[in-house]
Amino acid sequence: MPVPILKQGPHLIASVQSALGDSDLVELRDALIAQVGRYRSRGVIIDVTALDVMDSFASRTLGDIAHMARLRGAETVIVGVQPEVAFAMVQLGLTLEGVATALDLEEGLAFLQQRASRTGPHRHPSSA
Amino acid sequence: MGSKTSSVQAPENGQPLDEIRIAIRSDSDLVAARQEGRRMAERLGFGGGDRTLIATAISELARNILRYADHGEVVLLHANHGPREGMTVVAQDKGPGIKDLERALEVGYSTSGGLGLGLPGVRRLMDVFNVRSSSGDGTVVSATKWKR
Repeated sequence: MPVPILKQGPHLIASVQSALGDSDLVELRDALIAQVGRYRSRGVIIDVTALDVMDSFASRTLGDIAHMARLRGAETVIVGVQPEVAFAMVQLGLTLEGVATALDLEEGLAFLQQRASRTGPHRHPSSA
Repeated sequence: MGSKTSSVQAPENGQPLDEIRIAIRSDSDLVAARQEGRRMAERLGFGGGDRTLIATAISELARNILRYADHGEVVLLHANHGPREGMTVVAQDKGPGIKDLERALEVGYSTSGGLGLGLPGVRRLMDVFNVRSSSGDGTVVSATKWKR
């Protein structure tokens, strides 16, 4: 089942609604990366609250999305990792290193807004 | 895929075996296998945390089947060893087998461009872990989680 992507101002919000197959994840990656360009988005939120399993493929694909989006000028934050899922991920050695995370959608939006106000709308952080 | 697992015992009361077989041919089978696994773990009385560990292990094992052997089977079993009760996940295929089993169990080793977390990860998620593989004759991975 494809993941719906919502455009919310300068951000894209992808809400995972159900169990994801590998092809759904790859589709989500391609759709998000395309839409970052189409809508000139500065931030991407992926809400995984409804995801009951985060295995190595899911984790790697979410990491890929975050890094690809960054290369396209958008910051990604993963929100809603459930406690049991976090436990299983740590057991598996999946830490989503280098990827921003936040507790929930609200915290994720706050994180992106904070980041945007710090770096300004068109200034690269390294030129500040 | 007809190989029998020795831990399967016919129940004396004539109830159907608590054994679920799921053919793994596509990534929708993978999702189905982990959902079946979660349901069975719940039926067997596992808590939420353990259900997630079991479902995650099934996901990794089923993906290995798809990636390395194209197709195979996941068998979910009620494990009953004396006072200990748990759930066993068997993932079997007739694929090319694992050439270097020792290395396949090392974190970070992968022949497919993956993260190399699959088998060592499953070993950490579960309590008992066995893998039997010979080049050209497929692979059988068996992993058990005991109820606490």
